[in-house]
Amino acid sequence: MTSSCLHNSSDPPREHLLHRLYAVQRQYRHISPQAMQRIADEFHLPLSQVASVVAFYAFFSTQPLGRFHILFSNCTSCGYLANGENLLQLLCKQLQTSPGKTRTDELVSIDETSCIGQCDHGASLLVNGIPIAGLNSEKITQIAQLIATAIPLDAWPAHWFEIRDAVHRRELLLTTQPTPGSALRQALKQGIGKTLAEIRQSRLRGRGGAGFDTGTKWQLCREALGDARYVVCNADEGEPGTFKDRVLLRIYAEALFEGMALCAFVIGATRGFIYLRGEYRHLLPHLLTALNRHRNQGLLGVNILGHAGFDFDIDIVAGAGAYICGEESALIESLEGKPGIPRIRPPFPVTHGYLGQPTAVNNVETLIAATHIVAHGSDRFNSVGTPQSPGTKILSVSGDCHSPGIYEYPFGVRIQQILDDCGADDAQAVQIGGPAGKLIAPADFNRAIGFEDLSTGGSFLVFGQQRDLLTIHHNFAHFFAHESCGFCTPCRVGTQLLKNTLANIAAGRGSACDPKELQQLGQIIQRQSHCGLGHSAANHVLDGLQQFPQTFSSHLKQSFSARFDLDQSLASARQLTHRDDADAHLDNG
Amino acid sequence: MMATIRIDNQEIPFTPGQTIMDAALAAGVYIPHLCHYPGLTPNGNCRLCMVETGNHSVAACITPAVAGQEIRNNTPELNAARTAITQMLFVEGNHICPSCEKTGNCKLQAMAYHLGMLDDHFPQFYQRRELDASHPDILLDRSRCILCDLCVRASREVDNKNVFAIAGRGTNAHLIVNSPSGKLTDSAIAATDLAATVCPVGAVMIKEQGYQVPIGQRIYDCRTIRETGLQEHIDNKNDN
Repeated sequence: MTSSCLHNSSDPPREHLLHRLYAVQRQYRHISPQAMQRIADEFHLPLSQVASVVAFYAFFSTQPLGRFHILFSNCTSCGYLANGENLLQLLCKQLQTSPGKTRTDELVSIDETSCIGQCDHGASLLVNGIPIAGLNSEKITQIAQLIATAIPLDAWPAHWFEIRDAVHRRELLLTTQPTPGSALRQALKQGIGKTLAEIRQSRLRGRGGAGFDTGTKWQLCREALGDARYVVCNADEGEPGTFKDRVLLRIYAEALFEGMALCAFVIGATRGFIYLRGEYRHLLPHLLTALNRHRNQGLLGVNILGHAGFDFDIDIVAGAGAYICGEESALIESLEGKPGIPRIRPPFPVTHGYLGQPTAVNNVETLIAATHIVAHGSDRFNSVGTPQSPGTKILSVSGDCHSPGIYEYPFGVRIQQILDDCGADDAQAVQIGGPAGKLIAPADFNRAIGFEDLSTGGSFLVFGQQRDLLTIHHNFAHFFAHESCGFCTPCRVGTQLLKNTLANIAAGRGSACDPKELQQLGQIIQRQSHCGLGHSAANHVLDGLQQFPQTFSSHLKQSFSARFDLDQSLASARQLTHRDDADAHLDNG
Repeated sequence: MMATIRIDNQEIPFTPGQTIMDAALAAGVYIPHLCHYPGLTPNGNCRLCMVETGNHSVAACITPAVAGQEIRNNTPELNAARTAITQMLFVEGNHICPSCEKTGNCKLQAMAYHLGMLDDHFPQFYQRRELDASHPDILLDRSRCILCDLCVRASREVDNKNVFAIAGRGTNAHLIVNSPSGKLTDSAIAATDLAATVCPVGAVMIKEQGYQVPIGQRIYDCRTIRETGLQEHIDNKNDN
């Protein structure tokens, strides 16, 4: 495997900064100031850059973590509350520790993290980076015993670590596994112009949600001036409720590599990156093996398929827990070894991307679709879907339904059809495209998936009648406040205010003015923020206020109520004076 | 003939490469801003300079002027949004105007006056943030920092020192010092550096100067932020 090399210095480390930090974290269970200084020296970087990278990514810690480090997902589908009980609290109680703190003997630390992409299997966690899905209280008790007796992970029940991919519906992309090399051979035979024309004729649009025309992107990148060009695969699917890339990376990795090589062929790139979300680091050994197999078949490397001068290879860079790195310019910053703060756009990555050079950033599903299009022709691709949205969309269905999993549909499929297929009998609402997407009510279940109607990156969260939607909103608001990069004021402060206001309403301290407050705050975050995260962070609240106003109003006090709990605010005073008698409390009666 | 944009129906010329902010300031049109300082690379983080063109809201300081653009700037809706953003900055930090040495010279305070902000509106965050008084001449109080990045850019682009960076995500974002101890005294900063004086608020301040100018005679006691904002410019010696 060739390694990443991001430095112009004479003796650059051959490793990516994030990987180096990960290795230190793994060995010492934290990254100390001394380690940061050493790494800064090695990489010829300012210490402040290394420190800001460590502080940015959720999976790095400056305090020692436990030998068993447990991260529970807090997503509405694979989170620790997903099966109706608080499994995080249960495990903490059984191991006599509290969330976010490392037990004093450093045996264990337990915390929560954003969605880990196991939504089709219920409550899930990562133990030292490896997922265990399908949690319930019995399994938690077993885990507690294994940790308490310090049984190493490789002696834990092996079947716990098996990832099952439930693919319930297959269309264009998931019915056939393309023969490795067939698309590339076709491309080499027909040449660059014809290959690009085929992609353009397919009218393939980005599957990450934004829906930019792929052929146009490749053409712009090809035409942009630069010393080098890069292909980047965005495998940072962090939208809660999305797990289709996990399945695609496991089953269709070689079609993805081939899609990247096709893009490289068209735009004239010799290097590509797969930016893999840190939560999927456990897929790394599988991907590296698949990459080697691909190389050995002459489909990557020098003179690909014997075509003189067609050189292209792929490096995999694993992230470290940052949803924002799914935004393409933040992803590129991260690739360059920096905090994932979205760049000012324009210029766009197609002209000024990785290291300032023209870069095509495409979603996993988009690149696999490109392989399909070149191998089988754009006509076949165009034969399904709608006029504005040709082809298919792979959906990650989870939440309150009988058969969560992967569903591939032609664009244009109605929401009700999907609900029927996945066995969601009592849906009160569906969140299309994850927390950043759209919340829809039954009146809109006849609407369709497609760029002209409901555009989505693939997350499809079903909420049954028994769900309290306010809890869902609070969960989403917490997610955005946690994942905001902190760069711009409306998103950094606004997402926090949104979270606090919703928590307040949920705690029964909301006032009649709060819905209007939420509305105004939501619009400011949506309109004034710097990037897509901020633009979409308040969507769920604005949709909720419109579609389900009773979600909020039913929790509100009719008379004035203080935004804070006065008695609770006196807790620190009681602690300081060593008092907890009745007179030290407010008479709430 | 020079290409033009229109801001609130006023025709404004621009040269290629200028942002909306550059063109506006050159023409004497004020667009509220805190994180922008002409002469330093624009950054676009404070979002006070948000203007509208067509259906889009854009930050004037980082958006290139394009011939024929129709821009809305001084509207009640935009000024309401700017007020809310200023209030967000106030509640996020610990801004102690009545006892702050920077009062009267503070741009956040002056912006609040300019926008007619009468209260904080949002609940205070009361965040605990670290104070660094290690340097003999310069105080760093993160409680009053608005994460505008001006000191970061001033240090890199003008002082050639790279003393500051911003680290941490969301409301954990905070200013860090590029020195082995993380303390200002172990960094290369000097009181004469632009990074030591460019701070719009009371986060980075020169020590022992707090009350040399009496309250009542300070910058924004005499002039509005609109007036000063139209005149500011850093002559970057590195540009020559």
